[in-house]
Amino acid sequence: MPEKSGAEILIDTLIEQGVDTVFGYPGGAVLPIYDALFQQKKIRHVLVRHEAGAAHAAEGYARSTGKPGVVLVTSGPGATNAVTGIADAFLDSIPLVVLTGQVATNLIGTDAFQEADTVGITRHCSKHNYLVKDPADLASTVREAFKIATKGRPGPVVIDIPKNVQVATASTDVKRPTPSRFTFAGEADYSEINRAVELLAHAKAPILYTGGGVINSGPAASVALRELAALSGAPVTSTLMGLGAYPASGDAWLGMLGMHGTYEANMAMNQCDVMVCLGARFDDRVTGRLDAFSPDSIKIHIDIDRSSINKTIRVDLPIVADVGTAMRQMIDVWKGRKYKTPVLDDWWARIAGWRAVDCLSYPGSTQEIMPQYAIERLFAATKDRSPIITTEVGQHQMWAAQHFHFDAPNKWLTSGGLGTMGYGLPAAIGAQMGHPDALVIDIAGEASIQMNIQEMGTATQYRLPVKVFILNNEWMGMVRQWQELTYESRFSESYSDSLPDFVALAEAYGWKGIRCDDPGKLDDAIAEMLAYDGPVMFDCRVHKTSNCFPMIPSGAAHTDMILHSDEVSGTMDDEAKALV
Amino acid sequence: MHIKQEITERHVLTLTVDNEAGTLARIAGMFTSRGYNIDSLTVADISEDHATSRITIVTRGPPPVIDQIIAQCERLVPVHKVTDLTEAGPHVERELALVKVSGVGDQRVEAMRMADIYRARVIDVTVNSFIFEITGGPDKIDTFVTLMREVGLVEVGRTGIVGLMRGSGTS
Repeated sequence: MPEKSGAEILIDTLIEQGVDTVFGYPGGAVLPIYDALFQQKKIRHVLVRHEAGAAHAAEGYARSTGKPGVVLVTSGPGATNAVTGIADAFLDSIPLVVLTGQVATNLIGTDAFQEADTVGITRHCSKHNYLVKDPADLASTVREAFKIATKGRPGPVVIDIPKNVQVATASTDVKRPTPSRFTFAGEADYSEINRAVELLAHAKAPILYTGGGVINSGPAASVALRELAALSGAPVTSTLMGLGAYPASGDAWLGMLGMHGTYEANMAMNQCDVMVCLGARFDDRVTGRLDAFSPDSIKIHIDIDRSSINKTIRVDLPIVADVGTAMRQMIDVWKGRKYKTPVLDDWWARIAGWRAVDCLSYPGSTQEIMPQYAIERLFAATKDRSPIITTEVGQHQMWAAQHFHFDAPNKWLTSGGLGTMGYGLPAAIGAQMGHPDALVIDIAGEASIQMNIQEMGTATQYRLPVKVFILNNEWMGMVRQWQELTYESRFSESYSDSLPDFVALAEAYGWKGIRCDDPGKLDDAIAEMLAYDGPVMFDCRVHKTSNCFPMIPSGAAHTDMILHSDEVSGTMDDEAKALV
Repeated sequence: MHIKQEITERHVLTLTVDNEAGTLARIAGMFTSRGYNIDSLTVADISEDHATSRITIVTRGPPPVIDQIIAQCERLVPVHKVTDLTEAGPHVERELALVKVSGVGDQRVEAMRMADIYRARVIDVTVNSFIFEITGGPDKIDTFVTLMREVGLVEVGRTGIVGLMRGSGTS
């Protein structure tokens, strides 16, 4: 009977699952797997510079391709370094399969060299995890892991594989039945869909509030969303995670909602009579003060994860289903009943009034580059190439969400739930691996970029032409902004001191470095970046103390938006301070 | 600013789960990581092939939190079924306690008399101690233990609650 080692069984099963790219870093406890990788040609391995980079790169690959990202790291520090990326993927529902080496089974629990309780550490930041103790179980475990990672609400799955299990052999003949215990929601109940369609068709002031679930459901869900918006005549807003599902150039688009969302989106959410939440989860960044959140609306919530429903906001019609399928069902019912697109002139007139506030306007300057202006020019220069944009976390991320506009899903990769600084560069690397010919840009801040800056070496090694566009204001801008607004401008530890020379750093890594601080020369500098066939680090020196507006302050209602900095008091009560 | 406390309800949940390593840690850890309470938790393998265990959890929280606890339990891969016995209707709850009492003379007689009233069985005896075994609902055991404190209680062990729905229905 033919036998293979655990490592070989693992590689065979990964290939069977359609894996072509693995992001990883070798180490003692995964040497047998790396040896098996060396002896095959179907899986490309991308060697990162730090395991956090591997996890974020796999996330970038997953978000931009819709396929699960695969990570391979060693035991102990290899696994713990990957934990931030695993937690990030958990909160943003990104499918990952993370393979971690572990010390041999007879050494587990002895505080062996590079031993960490990986299964214990990742238990509550992964969708599921395994410790595999017998190579005969590997194939079925890996198959189930891919199913769990990708089906239902996607998420990261960790498989911890002791070194002796990688070396020991098992028969490859025995086809253990793949467990089918994992179930997930699919189609919605038609009685619920009928009710949702009735509510939407008779609404006077409806709104579609969409989220990352629409992206996760696949491209067909974005198509269905566009159709549903057209049929219902309802305006569309989206969370940070859902940008691109409905085109920003579409007539019904209100812009992003929430803490740094547009005035029109937040006012429409507050004033609507029927809210259809599609694959979003009423995150605290979206709702603001809970008791003042859209007080008079009937709320319909379609989500694939039952635990997302009624978690913070009580809804009137919960529907547990895949959002793409449910929207297609709604469209079918709408057409089947021959509903007409409602006339919502009054509602749109009110929206026009809110739009007229022009909440994203900002003070211009001919002397300095305003950060919003930099994003606008970057968008203007790249929009025809349908770029993939990644971000780090902070002000630059919010400005990118506000001023860069997405017409297609899977083009906007950002750390929404966990808010992980250092996400953008490795995510751009992962996205570029999945899309070799795409224009991939990491819109970064000078503080965030330093959190995984070592990944520049990865881009160099694999000749990945990623562009890093740093809005350099010499501050951890969002921290500085909150300190200005809430702590009377006591800027505690938020200055980015001792910054590297980003141009020299770029050159040291074999990248091109560009610096620009003149708004008059910005377009030319961006053109130079785009023309270069290789990785570029662009140090865009922007106005140092710009704040990101509009903003719903912590603990405030949608109607209490701050539109401009002159409305800011600089203090906040303890209740509000206690909120994140 | 002060932290507000919410009014809570007691609920008995039963979970049917895969009997595999880590399942209990996954469930118990989910309660701690999300800030839910566990009053008692019992677990034992219940199927012929030892593949399935039944967990009974007594928890406490405002109604929306209880609902969220159930949803979060259902989300775990090894959890197949969650039933809220408190919501499901008539059900029985039982707990077993072992209660050790030490004493001589009148105290000893009194302990024996009360144990008899509560239908507790003596399962170990020495000249100066008894171990009683008592089963019943949690209130009965609470009051028995309170009484025994007066007559020389030295140690108590409780299993936590198991429960089943009344009638032919299953949870």
